[in-house]
Amino acid sequence: MTDKIPSRLANPLQVRPNPVVHAAIRLSILSALAVGETLSFGDLKRIINATDGNLSTHARKLEDAGYVACTKSFHNRTPRTEYRLTVSGRTALTDYLQQMEQMLQVTREQIS
Amino acid sequence: MPFEHAEIPDRAASAQSEATENLRIIREVMERSGSFTAVPGWGMVVVGAIALPVAVFAALQSDIDVVLTTWLGLAVVAMAIGVYTLRRKMHRLGVTMRSGPGRKYILSLLPSIVAGFLLTAALWREGSTDVLPTLWLLLYGAGTITGGASSIAAIPTLGMSFMALGVLTLLLPTTWIPFILAAGFGGLHIGFGLFIAFRHDG
Repeated sequence: MTDKIPSRLANPLQVRPNPVVHAAIRLSILSALAVGETLSFGDLKRIINATDGNLSTHARKLEDAGYVACTKSFHNRTPRTEYRLTVSGRTALTDYLQQMEQMLQVTREQIS
Repeated sequence: MPFEHAEIPDRAASAQSEATENLRIIREVMERSGSFTAVPGWGMVVVGAIALPVAVFAALQSDIDVVLTTWLGLAVVAMAIGVYTLRRKMHRLGVTMRSGPGRKYILSLLPSIVAGFLLTAALWREGSTDVLPTLWLLLYGAGTITGGASSIAAIPTLGMSFMALGVLTLLLPTTWIPFILAAGFGGLHIGFGLFIAFRHDG
């Protein structure tokens, strides 16, 4: 999947945010992984306060986009799923942040 | 090429509100993600409960080697209890030692503990044992503060309390030292342990 990197020259209000990132729960997963580096399914569930099903669904979307890498293993016969942010995931989050900041800057100018 | 300011103000306000909300989500999640909450409160209570009779026993001894062996024995037992209860709580919460916050907590706390053991051995060998209670309280306090930087707010406060007791050992007569050690390794562990156990799920 190609990243939609907003151009600095475009009006941020007219550039559609990256749809993979632009959902509260997926944004939360990416933000948590940006700080926590590697987080287990349980870690993520606690941090973003999501249900198992919701987290699985949205983590899979991020995985399919190549933004998150998932590792499954067994620890004392207990299945363990761990997630980490990929390089393209970090880039997507940074670009999204940049776009939000630009959006705020432009709207402040328009409102004032 | 300048930005085209053709949007109507309502649209702009809505976009600003959405961007502000998204930035708030990012900030809040990042704060929570960097915090290690699996500190075992009940483990601290058990350590404190063991430390109190140990402190009394050590205070009644006249042989410094017996006193130091007693305290070092407590340190080893406390570490074993700490690791066991930490692993149990982490397992219960579904968090891993390899996760960012967990790793930061352990790596921040461990150097002070190791330094404490090594300096204790070196000073004991040289016979400079008077300074050991101060060293233990200050190093444990420092490690707890640095470990607590990525944990719940009670942990740095616990570390500061230990450091304050360490300073007290320098200011008060040496006869007070057993009481200060009991207050620190016993009282503070029990008090903060109960607080964490009830406020932070065990």
